[in-house]
Amino acid sequence: MDKLSVDHLLGIKFLKKSDINLIFKTALHFKEIINRPIKKVPTLRDITIANLFFENSTRTKISFELAQKRLGADVVNFSSSSSSVKKGESLTDTVNNILAMKVDMIVLRHPNPGSPLLLSKHTNSCIINAGDGAHEHPTQALLDCFSLTENLGDLKGKNILIVGDILHSRVALSNIYALKLLGANIKLSCPLSLIPREIESLDVSIETDILRALKWCDAANVLRVQKERMEKSYFPNNREYTMLFGLDINKINNIKKDILILHPGPINRGVEITSEIVESNNSIILDQVENGVAIRMAIIYLLASKMNFSIN
Amino acid sequence: MPKKILLDSKKIDLILNRLVCELVENHKDFNNTVLIGLQPRGTYLIEKILDIFKKKYPNINIKSGILDFTFFRDDFRRSEKTLKASSTQINFSIENKNVVLIDDVLFTGRSIKAAMSSIDSYGRPNSIELLVLIDRRYKREIPIQANYCGAKIDTFKGDKVNVVWNENSKKDVIYIENNG
Repeated sequence: MDKLSVDHLLGIKFLKKSDINLIFKTALHFKEIINRPIKKVPTLRDITIANLFFENSTRTKISFELAQKRLGADVVNFSSSSSSVKKGESLTDTVNNILAMKVDMIVLRHPNPGSPLLLSKHTNSCIINAGDGAHEHPTQALLDCFSLTENLGDLKGKNILIVGDILHSRVALSNIYALKLLGANIKLSCPLSLIPREIESLDVSIETDILRALKWCDAANVLRVQKERMEKSYFPNNREYTMLFGLDINKINNIKKDILILHPGPINRGVEITSEIVESNNSIILDQVENGVAIRMAIIYLLASKMNFSIN
Repeated sequence: MPKKILLDSKKIDLILNRLVCELVENHKDFNNTVLIGLQPRGTYLIEKILDIFKKKYPNINIKSGILDFTFFRDDFRRSEKTLKASSTQINFSIENKNVVLIDDVLFTGRSIKAAMSSIDSYGRPNSIELLVLIDRRYKREIPIQANYCGAKIDTFKGDKVNVVWNENSKKDVIYIENNG
């Protein structure tokens, strides 16, 4: 297959395994391109993309913008703090106004789950979800799985652990969907108060003993505790969380095997992971960041190639 | 129209040897020259050329690579088909180098234009030359011509020129067919 089965990237839930394989194959070419002395191609020179970020972001925003610029696209950026949203404009109105200025593609980060889906139904544009509330963060999951594949090969039958704040994490849900499509076994490890209800229905298991979980896995994706999304306290204090679930050198030495460490960032050093582990040879955190640009280039390229050129 | 053979393996071998001689004449020791095969079909041709260099000029050390120019093509979003990329293998800078692009058939010239834009990603070359096995005359859509050419042929609309490389080089063949 040489085409995506979808016209938007709203979530991994809507993708097929063949879509993920196509994205990975295309990302390999873009990874080579972003390592050239001149890292830019003119493919999307006739495409304009708007990055609409209604939530704070550093990595994802820069990664998307670099991906777009390296593909030769024109880019406009928008942040909610300095926009008419503050004056009461609806999301659909904001986006339709931007589209009226001949924008072809929208990258949306929004605190409300489902907002990219809503936009895809009420606007005439290609939508890429850059994170919608605690729902999905598809490009992060794709770059995580791509980084895992680079190191572990085919993920079928591989044991992947997700440690941390599963309840508030869009990265966790997208990763679960993507890893399942690729045939990996998934375990979650965190305080039970941070496990969403009905999560077992996604065919994942839960292990509250972090050492047992680490011994089981080939790779551990460590997630941040998202204090800003917590309306109440889900565990007594950071120190207890770190002691029980934080990755440190003692726990890694204890399991007596090499496992890959991933983290989508931003990292709270000393809380969910120590600096020693972040900077260890097992960590592929900076590979994830590099792969993020290649994966986003691949997604934008493949979605843009479904939008036929019109001289009018 | 049935397949019409343009060149058999014997003629192809003669042509390739002649092309290599022309390259040596112009580039001498290849100190500042690199050969770049263009994806997808030029990769087979560059292998054949490098084989001849190895046999006939074992003392010449040649830098070579493979270039994919998909993302520089001018027909993106012009058809239902997604343009599919292939791999690029260039592990050196081409800054100030004399670059010889190698492809099997020169037709409209658009691929070569894309390849010339693409090669700039690796530096500013001193010069770019083009070597092709077959030049389909009078079919150019942009003003591009080859510096080294195996054979020039005249073709009709709908003709397809196929270069078939085999593991056993005695079965290499170039034929032409018309599908309508």
